[in-house]
Amino acid sequence: MSTIALNTSSAIGNAAAADTRAPVRIAVKNLNFYYGDFRSLKDVSIDFYDRQVTALIGPSGCGKSTLLRTFNRIYSLYPEQRADGQILLDGQNVLSPNVDVNELRARVGMVFQKPTPFPMSIYDNIAFGIKLYERLPKSELDGRVEEALRKAALWDEAKDKLRQSGMGLSGGQQQRLCIARTIAQRPEVILLDEPTSALDPISTGKIEELIEQLRSEFTIVIVTHNMQQAARISQFTAFMYLGELIEFGPTTKMFMNPTKKQTQDYITGRFG
Amino acid sequence: MAVLSDEIIVSNNMQPVRRRTSPVFDQGFRWASYGSALIVLAVLAGIIGTMIYGGWPAFQEFGFGFVTSSIWNVGGEQFGAWVAIAGTLTSALIALVIGVPISIGIAIFLTQLCPSWLRRPVSTVIELLAAVPSIIYGMWGLFVFAPLFANYVQVPLTNIVEGMPILGTILYARVPSGVGMLTAGIILAIMIIPFIASITRDMLDQIPSILRESAYGIGCTTWEVVRHVLLPQAGVSIIGAVMLGLGRALGETMAVTFVIGNANRLSLSLFDPSSTIASRIANEFNEASGLHMSALLALGCILFVVTFIVLALARLLIARVKTP
Repeated sequence: MSTIALNTSSAIGNAAAADTRAPVRIAVKNLNFYYGDFRSLKDVSIDFYDRQVTALIGPSGCGKSTLLRTFNRIYSLYPEQRADGQILLDGQNVLSPNVDVNELRARVGMVFQKPTPFPMSIYDNIAFGIKLYERLPKSELDGRVEEALRKAALWDEAKDKLRQSGMGLSGGQQQRLCIARTIAQRPEVILLDEPTSALDPISTGKIEELIEQLRSEFTIVIVTHNMQQAARISQFTAFMYLGELIEFGPTTKMFMNPTKKQTQDYITGRFG
Repeated sequence: MAVLSDEIIVSNNMQPVRRRTSPVFDQGFRWASYGSALIVLAVLAGIIGTMIYGGWPAFQEFGFGFVTSSIWNVGGEQFGAWVAIAGTLTSALIALVIGVPISIGIAIFLTQLCPSWLRRPVSTVIELLAAVPSIIYGMWGLFVFAPLFANYVQVPLTNIVEGMPILGTILYARVPSGVGMLTAGIILAIMIIPFIASITRDMLDQIPSILRESAYGIGCTTWEVVRHVLLPQAGVSIIGAVMLGLGRALGETMAVTFVIGNANRLSLSLFDPSSTIASRIANEFNEASGLHMSALLALGCILFVVTFIVLALARLLIARVKTP
């Protein structure tokens, strides 16, 4: 065990152990990704397990966010970006042109680096996403909004100001609102793209607790720059470098006993 | 304070620092800059003052009736501004009703849907449209647009709506000449579209892409993203852009004078000729004198006030939207 890994080892025990028998939710096969002519993912193959938190780590530009952005095809907003290979979500290839991307994005929710509340009330921020896909009576909709806010640990803080603008919340609350908005749609997978990078330590702590709770219902993939965070909250960790998947395994093993030298070097802070 | 810090620099470096600008110059620069700002105020005050002074005889002669009366009889020296005020507001309103949706549509197309190779040409054309002098719009409106409008819109439409309630009044052309209130509104709309469209485009461009992505990220279609997220997010700024267009539409003179028909008549039909404040002034200033001249200056004052009220209301609206 290396010296710096010792620092993270105290955090590793906090997360539940990896369930290696969990079914595969997303299977990525030979995925390549291009920004114009630049190939930013090179033959990536990786499995994401059901109701486990998988952390994607690696230095800036290694392709971890790019990988995340292929799962809901959000990259397709930009015509110069394209992906080939296969991403099987419950056996269905999401890269296939027959897939309805809007429906896919309701099944695969995403939370971004910075809080992005919509310019509407707290209530509507959540109801908006539900109403896109379901026609519910008012009472049921109210129930769904409350449920989502409770699951996102925001209900107590927001219940008295549901009609106020979502912009009035603090940064951490806004980010939990974004998580609530995502889970309100009852997705199967939640993608978190550095969700705490714009937050203070206390808000970060709350989001991490939240992720731990959400794991019982959702398959979660999180991109993070913070290795402590990866160690604290994930069951599986994937280390990427220069567009390639270097190593993937249970978080405990990745941090305590990585097989590849590059992983070891990154985790111990020798580069990145 | 500035002197003190200069001394510190000198003493720290232990060598004399030669200052290129003397304090006298700096003082002079200050006054010059104050002066430039004051000149604007002085000019504005001067314009308002002379217009009130010049228009005073008319206000004195007709009192408040100058605003409410719709008589404009040059020979009989009876003047009332109501037709011109109504014409100004109506033509500007028509311009907004036609121009704003088209402008926002253009902005949405350019920022959300337009393939990147087409973006530049379209943007350039729209900006060129803003640079066309208003007299060109006026000539084009009178010689090209009006005859076509008369033949292909006014005549058929009048035949259709004749005898119908409401529509039979609003869209009935007694003399299908092509010029009139609606023509002026349409030409004004074309003139304000470039302004509103390019400002709205800039506003939509400034919205962080991450917000747009998160809207798409919950499964919104392009329409839903634009309607529920991007437009509300840019909301206040778009109102600002619209107000800028409105300001231009209210005061636009040359193009309107060409195509509005210049009749002092209150009519419910949009096809009938009318006048705006600016078009009347432009038409009659040349041969005006005495009370007539004074009435035109008073009209100018009213245009000033109307524009000011509209812009003040817009400010108020923006302030109210801004405070959550």
